[in-house]
Amino acid sequence: MTAQLYLDGVERSFDGFKAITGLSLHVRKGELRAIIGPNGAGKTTMMDIITGKTRPDKGEVFWNEKVDLTKTDEAGSARLGIGRKFQKPTVIESLSVEDNIGLALKTDRSVFATLFARQTPAHADRITELLHLVRLADERARPSADLSHGQKQWLEIGMLLAQEPELLLVDEPAAGMTDDETMRTAELLRDLAGTHTVIVVEHDMEFVRALNCKVTVLHQGRVLAEGSIDHVSANPEVVEVYLGR
Amino acid sequence: MTKLIDRRMGFFLIALFIAVVAIPVGNLAIEGKPVASYVVQLSGKYLCYALLAVALDLVWGYCGILSLGHGAFFALGGYAMGMHLMREIGTRGVYGDPVLPDFMVFLSYEQLPWFWLGFDQFWFAALMCMLVPGALAFVFGWFAFRSRVSGVYLSIITQAMTYALMLSFFRNEMGFGGNNGLTDFKDVLGFDLQSDATRAGLFIASAVALVAGLMIAKAIALSQLGKVLIGIRDAESRTRFLGYRVEGYKLFVFVVSAMMAGVAGALYTPQVGIINPGEFSPANSIEIVIWVALGGRGTLVGAAIGAIFVALAKTLLTGWIPEMWLFALGGLFVFVTLFMPRGVLGVIEESWAKLRRTEPVKEVTP
Ligand SMILES: Nc1ncnc2c1ncn2[C@@H]1O[C@H](COP(=O)(O)OP(=O)(O)OP(=O)(O)O)[C@@H](O)[C@H]1O
Ligand SMILES: [Mg+2]
Repeated sequence: MTAQLYLDGVERSFDGFKAITGLSLHVRKGELRAIIGPNGAGKTTMMDIITGKTRPDKGEVFWNEKVDLTKTDEAGSARLGIGRKFQKPTVIESLSVEDNIGLALKTDRSVFATLFARQTPAHADRITELLHLVRLADERARPSADLSHGQKQWLEIGMLLAQEPELLLVDEPAAGMTDDETMRTAELLRDLAGTHTVIVVEHDMEFVRALNCKVTVLHQGRVLAEGSIDHVSANPEVVEVYLGR
Repeated sequence: MTKLIDRRMGFFLIALFIAVVAIPVGNLAIEGKPVASYVVQLSGKYLCYALLAVALDLVWGYCGILSLGHGAFFALGGYAMGMHLMREIGTRGVYGDPVLPDFMVFLSYEQLPWFWLGFDQFWFAALMCMLVPGALAFVFGWFAFRSRVSGVYLSIITQAMTYALMLSFFRNEMGFGGNNGLTDFKDVLGFDLQSDATRAGLFIASAVALVAGLMIAKAIALSQLGKVLIGIRDAESRTRFLGYRVEGYKLFVFVVSAMMAGVAGALYTPQVGIINPGEFSPANSIEIVIWVALGGRGTLVGAAIGAIFVALAKTLLTGWIPEMWLFALGGLFVFVTLFMPRGVLGVIEESWAKLRRTEPVKEVTP
C-alpha cells in the first residue's frame, strides 16, 4: 500500500503512562483525514511523533515510504514538507502579522542565508496574497500580540500555508472561532486537500461533518474505528467513549 | 541606513559624539584642565561596560538567552590584551627579563609558556581578544544549545562557567599571574599608558568600539536573522516547527556577543591598568544583567545607557557611602523589575509619546 504518511505499531509512554499504544495510521497523498477522540486520546502526541518532537518507544513512522521520521527533529520534518498548527495558537507575539508570515515563507533556513536575506517584491506579494486569504490584510503591520484568539488561529494557518508544506497537521483549528469562521476553515481545508495532504484534529462535530472525509477515532492511544462520519458515529464503542458524553 | 540609526540610536550617538569631543578637549586643550584626567579614564571604562551591556542585550534581549556568564568573555578579552601589555614591558620590569614578565621570573619559570607566544604582537593579541571568548562561547554553546538547555538551567551553567574560570585563574600554575593578575603596564603601541593623550586616545577608541558594536547588533536585529531570534525568544517551539534549527541561531548570536564582550574587555584593561581573576566573579556577570534590565532590555541603546548610569552611580555612591552600594544596586533592580518593566528607555519613550499625543490637539485649535 502506498501511503505518504505511514505509522505502524507505534508506542510511547511518559513515566510509565502509556499515551500511544500500538497506533497504526496510513494516509494517502492528497487525502483529507479527520482525527477525533476524547481528551487524552493521544491525538496531539501522535502529531508530536510525526514531527519528530517526541520519539516513539516502538514502531515505524515513514514519510513517502523512504524517510524515517523517528530520526528527524522538528526543523527536519518542517524542511521535509510537514507543516504543523498547534492546538494552542502560537504566533510570534512581538513580531508584526506580516513578519510572522515572512518568517514562515519557504526560503533558505540556514543561519547565514537569513543573516543576509533581502526581502524581495515577490516575497511581499506572496505575503499580501496569504494575508488576503486568511483575511488579515488590514492587520498587516500590527503586532500579532494584539490579534484576537480567532485571528491568531488564522495567522497560524497563514504561516502554515506560507511554508508550502505537502502535509498539513492541523490541531483543533476551530477553537475560538465563530461558527462562520469555523465553516470557512473547513472550506479552506477541503480546498487544500488534493494538492496537499491534510490531517485535522477536531472536537467540533459540525466541523468534522463539514470536512466530509474519512474519520479516524483515537482512544487510549490507538485507533478505535475508521471510516465515514456516519459509519463511525454508528459504532457503539465510539458512542460510548466519545460521542455519547 | 535610516533604519540602522533610528531616533533612539540617533539621540544616543549625538550625546556620545558630544562627550567624545568635549571630554578630551576639556582635558587636553583647555587651560586649567576643566576635565580631570581621572574623568577621562573613568568615562572610557564606562564605555567598555556599555559595549559589554550591548553584547548581553543582543543575546538576552533578542534571543532570550539569559547569560549569567558574560563577565567571563569580557575578562578573557581583558586577559588577552593584558598579556600583550605585559610583554610590552620588556626589560623595564623589576627583574629586567627581556621576555618573561615579572611574575614568571618570581615563580622561577624557565621559559615562556606556549600560550604566551605571539602576544608580543599587538595584532595577535587583538585577534585573540575576540577569538578566545568566541571559541569558548562556541564550545559551550554547542553543547548547551544542542542538548536544549535553556531558561534558568542555562543561566546556572553560565554562572558555573565563569566561576570555574575564576578559580582557575586564581591558581598560579595557570600562568596568568594568579590572584594578582596582570598589571604594571607601561605602554601600548609605543604610547605611554600614564599620559593624558594616551588615555584620551583609549577613551575615543572605546567610543568607536561601542558605536561599531551598536551598529553590528542593530544590523543583526534588523535582518531576517534578527526576526528568527525574536521568534526563538517568543515562541521557540513554533520557530523550530517553521524549519529553523534553533541551536544554530543561538550559537551564532552567542558567539558574536562573546566576541563583542571580549573587545570590551580588551579596551578595559589598559584603561584601568590591571586585569585580575576578580573580573570573572559571578557577581560581575549578574551586574551586567542589571544594567540591561535597567536601561531597557531589547533596545541596545538602553543597555548602553543602563551600564553607564549604574557605573556612574557606583562611582559616586562607593565614594560616598561604600557599604550601601550593593543594597542600592539590589534595590534599584527590584524597583526597575516591578515598576519599569521596559527599563529607563521605556519610561522615557512612553512619556515622550504621551507628550506628542497631546501636542497636536493644541495645534489644531485655530
Ligand atoms: N510530554 C509529555 N509528558 C507527559 N505526559 C504527556 C506528554 N505528552 C502527552 N502526555 C500525556 O499523554 C496523553 C495524551 O495526550 P495528548 O495531548 O496527545 O491528548 P489529545 O488527544 O491531544 O487530547 P486533547 O483532546 O485534550 O488535546 C495525556 O494523558 C497527556 O497527559
Ligand atoms: Mg491535543
